Amino acid sequence: MALLQIKDLSVTFDSQDGPVHAVNNLSLSIDKGQTLGIVGESGSGKSQTAFSIMGLLAGNGRTSGSIKFDGQEILGASPKVLNSLRAKRIAMIFQDPMTSLNPYMKIADQMAEVLTLHQGMSKRDAVAECVRMLDAVKIPAAKERIRLYPHEFSGGMRQRVMIAMSLLCRPDLLIADEPTTALDVTVQAQIMDLLNDLQREFGMATVLITHDLGVVAGFCEKVLVMYGGRVMESAPTDPLFAQPTHPYTRGLLGAVPRVDDEDASMTAIPGNPPNMASPPSGCPFRPRCNYAGEDCYVMPPLADFAPGRARACHRPVEKVIA
Amino acid sequence: MFSYILKRLAIAVPTLLLLIVISFLLMHSAPGGPFTAERELPPQVLANLNAKYGLDQPLWRQITSYVWGIVAHFDFGPSFVYKDRTVNQIIAQGFPITLTYGLLSFALAVIVGVSLGVAAAIRHNTLLDYIAVGLSIGAQVLPNFVMAPILVLIFTLWLGWLPGGGWQGPEYWILPVIALSTSFMASIARITRSSMLEVLTSNHIRTARAKGLPERRVILRHALKPAMLPVISYLGPAFVAMITGSVVVDIYFSTGGIGKAFVDSALNRDYAVMMGVTILMGALTILFNLVVDILYGWIDPKIRY
Repeated sequence: MALLQIKDLSVTFDSQDGPVHAVNNLSLSIDKGQTLGIVGESGSGKSQTAFSIMGLLAGNGRTSGSIKFDGQEILGASPKVLNSLRAKRIAMIFQDPMTSLNPYMKIADQMAEVLTLHQGMSKRDAVAECVRMLDAVKIPAAKERIRLYPHEFSGGMRQRVMIAMSLLCRPDLLIADEPTTALDVTVQAQIMDLLNDLQREFGMATVLITHDLGVVAGFCEKVLVMYGGRVMESAPTDPLFAQPTHPYTRGLLGAVPRVDDEDASMTAIPGNPPNMASPPSGCPFRPRCNYAGEDCYVMPPLADFAPGRARACHRPVEKVIA
Repeated sequence: MFSYILKRLAIAVPTLLLLIVISFLLMHSAPGGPFTAERELPPQVLANLNAKYGLDQPLWRQITSYVWGIVAHFDFGPSFVYKDRTVNQIIAQGFPITLTYGLLSFALAVIVGVSLGVAAAIRHNTLLDYIAVGLSIGAQVLPNFVMAPILVLIFTLWLGWLPGGGWQGPEYWILPVIALSTSFMASIARITRSSMLEVLTSNHIRTARAKGLPERRVILRHALKPAMLPVISYLGPAFVAMITGSVVVDIYFSTGGIGKAFVDSALNRDYAVMMGVTILMGALTILFNLVVDILYGWIDPKIRY
């Protein structure tokens, strides 16, 4: 049985401009210990998918569909049920390490409360365990620095603290929502290496949300490409990178600068992501797609086309070329 | 921290001196004097009185000898109007009363105001929120000189539950405390509500929720402290305003606090009492601004003195 099974998840926000459909009929599943990357531009619905799993959507968000964790329905579950899973079995790290820690509490206090609450540990034991975890995320002099406040750490160090805090209860599932976006490039690489090592060591299933395809290639077994709140393509990482078939995936890959081929030019996808308050009819990528035709005014279903690979496209690239 | 407090107290000395000089000059430039009466005194008597209280001296000598009296003997001089009483005695009699209902009003305003503000923020855009905001706006626009007669009308004249004036025991405290605290309570509730709403949308609160903390603990342990910062900066001046705002309460409820002495001294040109109370209020203002700054440093670890 899959550890996390999402079926037909839709997330809608009520706004002054009418309902905004952030996520539409998203389905995915992750097995124990598996790594899944969710890739997409800003506003493609990837973060809202993550918040739905954690039950952390903003107050004006409405959901439908089903999210099953270890067989238990958690979409719309009571705060009590969610709190018994959060941090203990499903943990999350966020995009902005500069503001995600409580600036008014010492690191020791905000980390230790996870263990005193969920594991019933004494404060002293909890702090000792937190120091071990800070050592594991390679924070030097963790024993002393756990007594400091977040503002006394750099951005990269704060993200390490967040990672350490999320792993305290050895969760089965870790959701990393753009964990490196706010960091500078050298630190990004360090944090991704660290996450990679920890994922192997702890064996937790991981959902990595990012817009960085390079990060996905090095980290994930499976990839979900999202656009305009919909899944465009879903595939194991290697075939997706080797032979992208969805025009959007191809566009994304074409927009990555290449180091190995100096002659290859980097092509941006023309246009801008859709405004989700008034999305285009049919396939949301249609207005920016080079291959679009009349049939694209109807949203294509997400359909399997090879073992483990699915895409939502009427005019996948190999058909057009062939 | 300790050296910071010393530094602030050292700065307080010239501030107070400046306050003394300015109020002294303002007071003397106002027409009339303590011995101006409808029936004029014989010139010789007036001259003798002026000599006795030192009013015949040049202003700079009056100021220096006044300040010297305070510094050397903590003596704020005799009252110019009540012949047998000193300013120290008048303040010692009235200030405990003012402080009693001032502190009670302060405590009531903070406890009710903060709870109401937090409750409104948690139940944002629900009936409770609308009621809390409505009550706050209502209470805020009712100044205490309107609040006081309304309270007396209801609780003294109609219901007959509480005495409408005097100062003879705890039941006499209730109406003055309510009259004095409501508008502050309303301001505190509104500040708490808006700052709590802001804090609740911040990223570190999302982290706290992601940690599986019960909502109660998220609010009390993670949100309340940062939400209190703007409230605390309001509380310093508010506390002093409650003590000075006691003028209306003192007169309306005949409580005998220092506010009454202050108003009388101004009307009677009782120079010494007026100066004494002004210095007291000034010192309180300086002290509570310092307390606010210290509290800030205690709440926000990024502030270091």
